Amino acid sequence: MNVKSDLFYTKDHEWVLINGDTATMGISDHAQGQLGDIVFVELPEVGKTVKIGDTLGVVESTKAVSDIFSAVEGTVTDVNTALTNTPDKVNSDPYGSWIVKMKFTKKNPELMDAKVYSEYLKEEHH
Amino acid sequence: MSTKKTSIYDCHVKHGGKVVEFAGWYLPVEFSGLINEHNSVRNNVGIFDVSHMGEVTVKGDRAGEYVRNLVANDTNKLYDGKVLYTPMCYEHGGIVDDLLVYRVNEKEYLLVINAANIDKDFDWMKKQNKFGVELKNVSPDYFQLAVQGPNAKATVEKCFNIDLSDVKFFHFKNATLNGVNCIVSRTGYTGENGFEIYGPWNEGGKLWDALVAAGAVPCGLGCRDTLRLEAALMLYGNDITAETTPLEAGIDIFVKLESGNFIGRDALLKQKTEGLKRKLVGFTLEEKGIPRHDYLVVDSNDNTVGVVTSGTLSPTLGIPIGLAYINTDKLNDGSKLFVKIRTRNLPLKQMKTPFVKKY
Repeated sequence: MNVKSDLFYTKDHEWVLINGDTATMGISDHAQGQLGDIVFVELPEVGKTVKIGDTLGVVESTKAVSDIFSAVEGTVTDVNTALTNTPDKVNSDPYGSWIVKMKFTKKNPELMDAKVYSEYLKEEHH
Repeated sequence: MSTKKTSIYDCHVKHGGKVVEFAGWYLPVEFSGLINEHNSVRNNVGIFDVSHMGEVTVKGDRAGEYVRNLVANDTNKLYDGKVLYTPMCYEHGGIVDDLLVYRVNEKEYLLVINAANIDKDFDWMKKQNKFGVELKNVSPDYFQLAVQGPNAKATVEKCFNIDLSDVKFFHFKNATLNGVNCIVSRTGYTGENGFEIYGPWNEGGKLWDALVAAGAVPCGLGCRDTLRLEAALMLYGNDITAETTPLEAGIDIFVKLESGNFIGRDALLKQKTEGLKRKLVGFTLEEKGIPRHDYLVVDSNDNTVGVVTSGTLSPTLGIPIGLAYINTDKLNDGSKLFVKIRTRNLPLKQMKTPFVKKY
């Protein structure tokens, strides 16, 4: 299970790259592995404002639907439209496949760094 | 009730199966990946552990009468070595289960039922026993493997050095495979040519390993569902339930109203005469999205006129496909219909089933 060291993670297995007041989000290697072959990504509209934990979009594999929950409070500034036609990129390159970029005012205080997230994954799988 | 393991469980783990709980069993949802497994079955050969399925034997002088009364299809047409697919109905026409009926001989039948329904079915079967037959739930005695795909026949033949040319579609025979006495049945749940193999519970792993070594790709429940949906084969609990009849589900070719009495016949005759209020239809979507079980079908005024029972993105066709019960008046009057997916209504287009016709 690949966990990238410069990212933060949520309990729902989104990854977050924080750069100033910009947060870039995707789903972790663990999340894509759990979902299986991803065949559909539903993106939010640019300009949408969300609170922490709100649904930002949806990732669907052949067998499951999974919401992407926002790790921050703020406004969507960009979405990765390339994923609409190549959703399988989320499987092959989960950390290269960002889904949304947000300008944020607040971030989830429960975000985990890579070390804590690795432990969290181990616990989840006892 | 604690979750059970099939005799093939260790093989699943060994082959990297992602194990989940399903109908009270630990079973692999996928191995190498759902789409890869799906395509292996369509283009080559895949193997499924379906040991969780239930088996019931019916024995006695009046076994034939018993079975004919129990199910909707005409079991009088069966002969030794022949298999039949049939719904089994309640008096009101709703479906108890769908099953395969194997005629071993005039006085012995084997019924293969869905895992989630074993207890319910067996209770129901016992209640219908006015014919003095001996009913036995032998589910714990049998493993079941499904070997499916265009290369299934060649793979099984080569693996066990046998000839299966004499086993035609929906027929079976007894055969000894690597020293194990099995029933080899030309049936399946994928829309491909293939075999279902039944044998003594503890021998399943041995045959699984042999078939995988012979080239059968390990497949999980995930692609079992996408394959059966492409072939528009019913999934009990989704497409057919106690609240739906075989006529509504469009599986009326397996209902023989004219060939003798059976449980539910009166209700089905009545429904046939009065006409159907809803019907299960195949559809695709005209915009990108994936229909799923329980999503609503609405008209242009957002009124609910139906419900999706199964849906997926078809790995073979690359388009969304699904089955939905839709009110017949809406199907007939040319209304524009939509599937409600979260906040969007996506236009639905009826599509002929099976979505994928291979075999």
